[in-house]
Amino acid sequence: MAVNNEPMSSAEWNPQPIGEAFYRPKGSFGGLLSKEWFLFLLFVIPNFFFLGLFTYWPLIRNFILSTQKVNPYTKAQSFAGTDNFTWLFNDRVFKQVVTNTAIFIICCVVFTLGLGLLVALLLNERLKGRTAVRAMVFAPYLIAGSAVALVWAYIFNPRFGLLAMMLGWFDISSPRWLEDPDWALAAVIITYVWKNLGFAAVVFLAGLQGIPKDLYEAAKLDGASAWWRFRSVTLPMLSPISFFLMVTSVLSTFQAFDLIDVMTGGGPTYSTTTLVYYVYDQGWMAQRWERAAAAAVVLFVLMLVVTAMQMLWERRQVHYDGQ
Amino acid sequence: MDSNKLSVGKIGGYVMMLLVALIIGVPLVWMLIGSLMSTRDILNPNQWLPTTPVWDNYPDAWNSVPFARFFLNSIIITVFGAGSKVVLGVLCAYAFAFLKFPGKNILFLVVLASLMVPSQVVIIPNYQFMSTTIRNILGTEGNWVNTYQGIILPSAATAFGTFLMRQGFMGLPKDVLDAAKVDGAGHIRTMWQVILPMAKPIVVTFGLIAVVGEWNEYLWPLIITNTDNMRPVTVGLRLLNDAEGNNNWGVIMAGTALVVMPMLIVYTFLQRFIIDGLTAGATKG
Repeated sequence: MAVNNEPMSSAEWNPQPIGEAFYRPKGSFGGLLSKEWFLFLLFVIPNFFFLGLFTYWPLIRNFILSTQKVNPYTKAQSFAGTDNFTWLFNDRVFKQVVTNTAIFIICCVVFTLGLGLLVALLLNERLKGRTAVRAMVFAPYLIAGSAVALVWAYIFNPRFGLLAMMLGWFDISSPRWLEDPDWALAAVIITYVWKNLGFAAVVFLAGLQGIPKDLYEAAKLDGASAWWRFRSVTLPMLSPISFFLMVTSVLSTFQAFDLIDVMTGGGPTYSTTTLVYYVYDQGWMAQRWERAAAAAVVLFVLMLVVTAMQMLWERRQVHYDGQ
Repeated sequence: MDSNKLSVGKIGGYVMMLLVALIIGVPLVWMLIGSLMSTRDILNPNQWLPTTPVWDNYPDAWNSVPFARFFLNSIIITVFGAGSKVVLGVLCAYAFAFLKFPGKNILFLVVLASLMVPSQVVIIPNYQFMSTTIRNILGTEGNWVNTYQGIILPSAATAFGTFLMRQGFMGLPKDVLDAAKVDGAGHIRTMWQVILPMAKPIVVTFGLIAVVGEWNEYLWPLIITNTDNMRPVTVGLRLLNDAEGNNNWGVIMAGTALVVMPMLIVYTFLQRFIIDGLTAGATKG
């Protein structure tokens, strides 16, 4: 195939008189560098090499490991079929981990996108200083997760943290936030939303500013109220960008690790252990690599399912303007 | 006509904006205030400001854990990690945009499909690769756990960058490319002298995304390093937290501020560029 392809393309590329082409000095690869297929390979192989070595191959190895039984002492491996998965699905902690992950993702995505949209609507008004506020809201998105986690761990301190002191104004005693299994996940979610809502706000704002003004004029002429204009113009016109944000937010929330590790270390009593944290915990803490690998397979499949569901949803719901 | 109603709305808008600014800004101010408080002030729930600013918290944090080394490690990881992503991404994107190859579209799908495999899913085999596989290859000369190559190589390639820059390259005006062809420029010269200068915005944008991503990377450097002198600042902050124990928040906040403030200062000068760059994948996709 390559032989068929090559002479045509190089003729296209060097539209010089044939006589001169004969005397063109060939590169040190015996002229290979002037052949498109060779250049193509030269350019893509480094990227493919690393993607293969550190993405595709480990994906297969991870899958194989998840079907193995590993002796914790001798490290001897043998095939165990779906035993690790059966173990996971019967494990009380793993059930809690899946629930935590679902709660974490739903709350983070709903609040990040909801508040992000509200901030975007606000910044879309012609108010002085809105550029500065836009820059401010975006800033936490840039800050390293472990730094954000420490700042908020200090704020959530039940005795002398900022929140406890503010609640003290109203004589409310602070929950024990990160030390209380009922509150710890909420605290991590609040921190996550604070860190990421600026990204959603900036992207929503770009979407809002891309909506043609005449659509609003037309709706106004029809006597549509502000709420109705929002319902019938803003929301449908924003749906492609909302869809994009939802996909990326769900996928990145699945992967959240640094906030959890620094704020709670997955605790107390697994109340903030999500799937990614569970993989880390089963592997690097408990040294049960085969179970960690099985949990990683579950994580991977769930993320694939979410992406597939969102793609189907997209086909049905999303309004794409002027294709 | 209804300027009265308008101004009421505007005042409401400004109040909301102030509220948003407070919600974002107060935690960072709280970090700075905390970084100057003595432990005694911090433990007093009625003490909002330091009685006297304790500037020593900063050198204490700097010396509590090897911060200078953390910064050096972060810089090395970011320069080589982001650099390799940009170089490999540009080459691959150029090939997919301009070079003919049988089955090219299928190969491009192979690149794109790797976006579906988050790095967290493959950390275990990648860790085993750096420890066991590399040891088997090198013999007894050790492995790549706790080395720069071990930290950097798994994220050396980029599917997202290939995608983003290929889109950018394909959006360039055709006639310039044709002019390069007529000039008889080879592909390497065309890439270097025509494509890269013209596509500079998209390459720089991807470079920024890669730099921020590498700098903030946490999970992989945490598991692939096992001594303080190999950790980046992100992981180093956790070590500071561990080292300072429960209530020494003044020193911990000083260390956090040491990590956060340089980035925020750079950000205030480049905010437009950084915001546009980091949201480019979302708003121009």
